[in-house]
Amino acid sequence: MQTIDLSDVGLRETNKTLHAQSADTNQTAWEIINPRGAHAIACGLDAPIEVTVKGSTGYYCAGMNQQATVNIHGSAGPGTGENIMSGKIVIEGDASQYLGATGHGGLIVVKGNASSRCGISMKGVNIVVQGNIGHMSAFMGQSGNLVVCGDAGDALGDSCYEARFFVRGAVKSLGADCEKKEMREEHLTLLQGLLDEAGIDADPRDFTRYGSARRLYNFDVDNAGAY
Amino acid sequence: MNKHDAKGIPHTTPRQSATFTQDINSDIRRAAATGIYDIRGGGAKRKVPSFDDLLFMGASISRYPLEGYREKCETSVTIGGLHAENPIELDIPITIAGMSFGALSGPAKEALGRGASAAGTSTTTGDGGMTPEERGHSDKLVYQYLPSRYGMNPDDLRRADAIEIVVGQGAKPGGGGMLLGQKISDRVAEMRNLPKGIDQRSACRHPDWTGPDDLEIKILELREITGWKVPIYVKVAGARPYYDTTLAIKAGADAVVLDGMQGGTAATQDVFIEHVGQPTLAIVRPAVQALQDLGMHRKVQLILSGGIRSGADVAKAMALGADAVAIGTAALIALGDNDPKWEAEYNALGTTAGAYDDWHEGRDPAGITTQDPELMARFDPVEGGRRLKNYLKVMTLEAQTIARACGKNHLHNLEPEDLVALTMEAAAMARVPLAGTDWYPGKPGTSY
Ligand SMILES: Cc1cc2nc3c(=O)[nH]c(=O)nc-3n(C[C@H](O)[C@H](O)[C@H](O)COP(=O)(O)O)c2cc1C
Repeated sequence: MQTIDLSDVGLRETNKTLHAQSADTNQTAWEIINPRGAHAIACGLDAPIEVTVKGSTGYYCAGMNQQATVNIHGSAGPGTGENIMSGKIVIEGDASQYLGATGHGGLIVVKGNASSRCGISMKGVNIVVQGNIGHMSAFMGQSGNLVVCGDAGDALGDSCYEARFFVRGAVKSLGADCEKKEMREEHLTLLQGLLDEAGIDADPRDFTRYGSARRLYNFDVDNAGAY
Repeated sequence: MNKHDAKGIPHTTPRQSATFTQDINSDIRRAAATGIYDIRGGGAKRKVPSFDDLLFMGASISRYPLEGYREKCETSVTIGGLHAENPIELDIPITIAGMSFGALSGPAKEALGRGASAAGTSTTTGDGGMTPEERGHSDKLVYQYLPSRYGMNPDDLRRADAIEIVVGQGAKPGGGGMLLGQKISDRVAEMRNLPKGIDQRSACRHPDWTGPDDLEIKILELREITGWKVPIYVKVAGARPYYDTTLAIKAGADAVVLDGMQGGTAATQDVFIEHVGQPTLAIVRPAVQALQDLGMHRKVQLILSGGIRSGADVAKAMALGADAVAIGTAALIALGDNDPKWEAEYNALGTTAGAYDDWHEGRDPAGITTQDPELMARFDPVEGGRRLKNYLKVMTLEAQTIARACGKNHLHNLEPEDLVALTMEAAAMARVPLAGTDWYPGKPGTSY
């Protein structure tokens, strides 16, 4: 295990060291101590390494992640894991707004709650939240899956495309063009897989699926009020 | 027509209304028939105060000129030297503005890359991501980071020579975008992770930041991901140029791209294009003022766009304090867009060469703003690239001609003092004297 004291070496050195790890590095385990809410920690990683941040992080931790696993032993600021391509991010505490925004792939797990606009514009990422999520989550979500073991706030999935949402608790309201969907066998299997991957013990049959009603896919003046 | 009625009383001549013009009436009829607002490409078509309302004074007894073909007039510009390890070095101060793949075909993007590289300048990606055609043919490629983040990925980000965070576009300050279903080919759909054939909306706000404090952190993140190597530009519409420039600099931008209301778009509501934003002429001085107030003029570069057509426009933009310009529409015309040789086909589409602006419909006879394989095949990227290079060279020569006449050995040495304005409006906006006077409205120390 390599340990980096962020408060000592600074953000640039920290990220530079992590970015220097190649695909076949034998230094695969990293620990960052004293993050003190710094922004952009461990963003832009592109190697199969595991980084554990001991404490809470600011904006954009693990942004645009590729291949790496990033564990946050604390809470995570806005835009954590934004545009993640692959790999995994696990947040032990709560996540602020825009979690996994525009993410293309990979998995984000939140042990606590996630704030508003969770999974906004998601493009393939899988997000599993053990607690609740805030309003306007998955706005314009294009693809990928958002799993919520608790409740969802207002306007879930507003203007979404093909992203899928699985919520176990209550949904305060659905956004424009988002509707409740039938939970078929394939969805139960998919959800079970996501819960397993996230290490969460829950029964897929307790969840409800939501997704696009596909009524706003092509502009129609009679739908103008919905836009 | 009878000039009198049966009783010999004279008719008045039929008179068109200045308010309800034939154009306006056709808008009303179209709206009534369809129930949808008009979407089109291009920039504002209305007449606004512009660089045409400015003139250079040239040399005189007190200002001597440089010898046209003997004395050097430099044109190079460095963009992004403030924070970036590898600033962009351009031979000419005319760049190609961001135009999306999706709006433009792959071969059109290739032609832009070929022409710009041959002329020693950069091109810019656009909504929809980076294409191999453009990366392969652009020596210097600026990668746009847009609200939609269509096609956005860190590999392309690291392949870019500069990053441009798009906050707004002059054609639609505060507006997002829409690529209609008929232009969504398999390739476009795949790049944007969306089903084929559906309308693709581009968001008007970034999904993971709002406001100047967040922007500063976003710039930090992009710099960390790219190792502080490449410049980061911030593109804003000509809405509140003084404050937007100030805030972009405060957030840590290396360059500010400022786009006036004549600036083109691939597809936006006509009402937006014509009624929101400020003319290019009106936005330069406030932006330069902001740079000067912060001691950042020439350190953070100002790239101006929106209706730039000629070397005269380039020279005027630079005299008012811009470091470089960007062109969109003019580059497309150089490639062959709206060429009268396709007149019969424009007519068949209900329009005429020069007025064709339904770029979003994907039926461009010139094969540039389309994803239709048959139409695309009409366009030769090598020939297109050559034409663009020629045009860029001509613009540069024109700007140099003017600069030499003003006694300047670098385009950057042009200054407001070289200019006069033809109208009161232009004088007020450009803050240069009305021709024949030493005064402009709002001039400090005057009481008007
Ligand atoms: C076909 C077309 C597509 C465009 N696509 C984008 C885009 O994706 N992103 C962007 O910031 N601006 C886009 N623009 C605007 C240009 O970057 C630029 O601001 C504008 O064209 C400058 O004005 P001009 O056309 O008068 O030169 C587009 C413009 C055109 C004509």
